Amino acid sequence: MIVDLVLWPTLAALLWVNRRRPLLWPLVALALLLLFNRLFTPGFFALEIRDGRLYGTLVDVLNQGSKVMLLALGMTLVIATGGVDLSVGATMAIAGAVMARLAGVSIPVALGGGLGVALLAGAWNGLLVSAFRIQPIIATLILMVAGRGVAQLVTDGQIINFEQPALVYLGNGSLLGLPFTLALVLGMFALTALLVRRTALGLFIEAIGDNETAARFTGLPARPVKFLVYVFAGLCAGLAGLVAASNIKSADANHIGLYLELDAILAVVVGGTALTGGRFQLAGSLVGALLIQTLGTTLYARNVGADVATVPKAIVILAVCLLQSPVLRAKLASLRRPAPTALRKEGSV
Amino acid sequence: MNLAKFRPSARLWPVLASLGVLILLYAGGCLLFENFGSLRVLINLFGDNAFLGVAAVGATFVILSGGIDLSVGAVVAFTGVLIASLIGHGQPPLLAIGLALGFGAGFGALMGALIHLYALPPFLVTLGGMFLARGLAFVVHPESLSIDHPFYGEFISQTLSVPVSRRLAIPFTAFALIAVVLAGAALARWSRFGRNVLALGSSESSARLMGVPIGSTKILVYTLGGFLSALGGVVATFYMQSGNPASFVGLELDAIAAAVIGGTLLRGGVGYIPGTLVGVLILGLIQTLVIFQGTLNSWWTRIAVGGLLFVFIVLQQLTARRRVG
Repeated sequence: MIVDLVLWPTLAALLWVNRRRPLLWPLVALALLLLFNRLFTPGFFALEIRDGRLYGTLVDVLNQGSKVMLLALGMTLVIATGGVDLSVGATMAIAGAVMARLAGVSIPVALGGGLGVALLAGAWNGLLVSAFRIQPIIATLILMVAGRGVAQLVTDGQIINFEQPALVYLGNGSLLGLPFTLALVLGMFALTALLVRRTALGLFIEAIGDNETAARFTGLPARPVKFLVYVFAGLCAGLAGLVAASNIKSADANHIGLYLELDAILAVVVGGTALTGGRFQLAGSLVGALLIQTLGTTLYARNVGADVATVPKAIVILAVCLLQSPVLRAKLASLRRPAPTALRKEGSV
Repeated sequence: MNLAKFRPSARLWPVLASLGVLILLYAGGCLLFENFGSLRVLINLFGDNAFLGVAAVGATFVILSGGIDLSVGAVVAFTGVLIASLIGHGQPPLLAIGLALGFGAGFGALMGALIHLYALPPFLVTLGGMFLARGLAFVVHPESLSIDHPFYGEFISQTLSVPVSRRLAIPFTAFALIAVVLAGAALARWSRFGRNVLALGSSESSARLMGVPIGSTKILVYTLGGFLSALGGVVATFYMQSGNPASFVGLELDAIAAAVIGGTLLRGGVGYIPGTLVGVLILGLIQTLVIFQGTLNSWWTRIAVGGLLFVFIVLQQLTARRRVG
């Protein structure tokens, strides 16, 4: 089949290119999961073209996974500074609600309003973290708790439907036969990568995540950078919220983005960025998001109910945690070459 | 005692502030609404929020140790379903409750062991625990299951409740809440374990140098957290007379919010178990106020809780900075 001819060589090439890079393990996991589906899940690789547009489970994975991929981009930078943003799910709900509310006014106002309010949410988090110096997990907890209430306030507790073709296109349209959301994700990824890898910003972020005090002493603007990182996470959450609302052509303040902050954090960690901050893997986070989405879709295709599907997800989280655990790595390393260098202080976090 | 000389330490300010908020909320409710001051509202405040309070005491211990437990809501839901299912299969209720409590403690111990032995972030491990317990709850029974047993119907809700007047009784759950808070406060204040937890939360490296058994304390504190979550689940079955795998989503956030509003520092090492009770009662009062008001929608509860969280976190930050400076 044509899919096999394209997919497997691509994966093999990616694995070869990344053989000595941190991206290897998430890619291996993704490849194994896809291989499992190729062998045991009938129809998983079926693709067909209808009305100049591709349909199939693999396309669904890309389309459904776009929200977590968008969130993961912003979350990667936040986690790289040593922080975390728990509020992105609630921000998605607010952005979706504002867009639906303004849908009748005009398309630019609806899109701008949704993104604007998401930027505001990000700025709020950034202010708490950088100016008030509140621990990120706590600072963003506030908006996580209150955000859905705000979204309900915007929608007046109703589910607001909208029909505007441009807004519906955002989450359901196709570009060159592929979902438009894929183009959106790739565009955002290119923009982010350009911003952090072609300027010194990425280096600043990593330095702050490694050791904030040291970074400040070397003259890095630690606080403004941290502020910007949360604003960026807000923007990504806003985009994801617009896509989520567009997917279902309505704003459902209770359910849009529910638990997606956890998926986004998971995607970043699976992708090889440590929760303690420092070095980050932007592409790894995208692979992590795809891995999570592929796992979810696999379970769905194998008739595992969405409720029970949290069990395998939990196992993946714990397995990934263990694989990245410095203690376990040290033990494995000492197994491989039994030298006295294996002596390490135990229990250091 | 000379009241003029009563100077509470800076660390006690958040607790006193939340006590003030509690009194203000209650007084405001009494002024605004006719029946708000009735004994029934007060009793219900304790009875209805008992499961949250019990779980929040566990969450407070974990936060005191410098960790966090995101699995609270899922463990509460799992316990409820497990008990309902076991009783539904003809097992005696006490055995079901015992098994559920054992499961909770074991589950917590497992998470604590992973966190300690492999130096994993508590945030991720308990997140995994949350997904695991939630999924297992649906494996046990996919939907709500009511408990139909004389032990629950008569013994718990009638025999064990204390009648105040002909039509009003203090439910057993309210006593359970108070007992757990008292026991928790004593454990935190006067036991070696409690001091170890506080030392661990203040600074893990100093605690290790002082000879605090880091590993066993860490594992024990998550065990206690899991046990109290399960106990919260048991209390919830008394209150709801059913178990539902989809229930109590986000309860861990309420528990954390209650601890923070009650004066526990989220970075660990400082906090008061009775403060958590105050936090739980404030959350309950906000809910009662919204219900009494009638026209306000329930989402105002979330916004009010978020606002309170903000105020108390800023307050914590200010007092913490003054201590350093």
